[in-house]
Amino acid sequence: MFADFLQFLISGITVGAIYGLVGLGFSVIYNASNVINFAQGEFVMIGGMASVSFLSMGIPMPLAIVLAVVVTTFVGFALEIFAIEPARHNSVVSLIIITIGASIFLRGLAQIIWDRNYHNLPAFSGDDPIKLWGAALQPQSLWVMGGAGIIVLLLWLFFNHSILGKAILATSFNPLAAELVGIDTRRILQISFALSAALGAIAGILVAPIALTYTNVGVMLGLKGFCAAIVGGLGNPMGAIAGGLAVGIAEAFTAGYISSAYKDAVAFVIIILVLLFLPSGLFGRKEIDKV
Amino acid sequence: MLLQIKRLSSSYGRVRALNGVELNIEEGELVALVGANGAGKSTLMRAISGVQPTNGGGIWFDGADITKVSASKRVRLGISQVPEGRQVFSEMTVEDNLLLGAFTRPRLEIDEDIEKNYVLFPVLKERREQLAGTLSGGEQQMLAIGRALMARPKLMLLDEPSMGLSPLLVDQTFQTIQKLAESGMTIFLVEQNAYVALSIATRGYVMEGGRTVLEGTGQELLDDERVKKAYLGV
Repeated sequence: MFADFLQFLISGITVGAIYGLVGLGFSVIYNASNVINFAQGEFVMIGGMASVSFLSMGIPMPLAIVLAVVVTTFVGFALEIFAIEPARHNSVVSLIIITIGASIFLRGLAQIIWDRNYHNLPAFSGDDPIKLWGAALQPQSLWVMGGAGIIVLLLWLFFNHSILGKAILATSFNPLAAELVGIDTRRILQISFALSAALGAIAGILVAPIALTYTNVGVMLGLKGFCAAIVGGLGNPMGAIAGGLAVGIAEAFTAGYISSAYKDAVAFVIIILVLLFLPSGLFGRKEIDKV
Repeated sequence: MLLQIKRLSSSYGRVRALNGVELNIEEGELVALVGANGAGKSTLMRAISGVQPTNGGGIWFDGADITKVSASKRVRLGISQVPEGRQVFSEMTVEDNLLLGAFTRPRLEIDEDIEKNYVLFPVLKERREQLAGTLSGGEQQMLAIGRALMARPKLMLLDEPSMGLSPLLVDQTFQTIQKLAESGMTIFLVEQNAYVALSIATRGYVMEGGRTVLEGTGQELLDDERVKKAYLGV
């Protein structure tokens, strides 16, 4: 009994941490621009696929991972410059639609560059599970949890203790005032897309050894990450992580105790409930429209 | 000449907000711009800062044409604005607001400048860890001025600094502005409160329907019959 419970909890926290990282990516871009970037899942896919690719070229794993993150970051940067920037003066809704188009484009491009097959990235430190009161803990789960923890800490330091991080926050709070103190708000948007692409790539690489990677992997992970961001309150980084964990754990328990057929439905049921009863999420800022 | 504006125009859609503005500011001057609501005063401020697109004429600063220069570069060149309604970063601390004011400055000078600000506005030092949104209107005005000073501007633009403040705080704010002017700062002040603004200004302009229609020393404008009738209520 307890072993089962623990097993479900462990897998819930593991996938939850991934959803949280993807959700963080949504929050970073949302904060800088009010845009929900539906190409976020594609960053996850590119991160995983690119590492598999680099690895198969004989590049050692750590370097392959770094290269994959760099490539994805560059894709995020390019997405902002070529797709968002030219339409900057359009409504937020148009920009969101552009990101949907961009995600379809990136997925198609990935199918041309790579293929439609499933790929496996080897676990970072072996596949021998650690026994824990009757439950099995994959070493890769520890990498996922540890990785997510470190990223959250680094992001916290970045936004609270670096002038660039504070400038990004300032731009989200008051774009006009940000411009008047000399912050180049266009550059801030580019940085946000790059940062959020890097976050997505890291999530994709961490999860690839557990869940396989393929060119459509970003669709579901992107939606789950979006769920995490909504549940935690869009724009709240810590909320995204909490939301991710909540969605991941709920999913794992549903799959374990009810049926794995309902697994994917859980996230969306949660979204509907949150939007009905807590429209600004668990930790969201109350929306006040300025007139 | 520090700032020179020639035949500047700007529109919101079909509505012309600026329609051939002519204006000059010499180094060390305190120039006031007065006019009724909707005369285009704030639009002119926004255009000088580069956050309002213009569609005719030009702006020269320190001898260079800056008409097409981006807002962030203008701050680097030395133009700082205290915007209408103060626009502090209310979700951030007082100290972070000041820090961001120095976004364009080298790291090394920032601490020193923050200390200078605290000498000028001791209340900001007391409230350094507080969120800017929790400050009173007068304190927020000081913070907005302090934040603009952090960029070490050559020209400071003040848009309606008296708006929403009690008479006592208006006096205080204008004393601060006067002090800044005496220390050699070039100031361009936009005010609806024409009497106070013209009393401390070395020179002034009157704006009507998107263009500057009168120019003179502060005293000349205060004595002008048209100004008296239209803006001073005498």
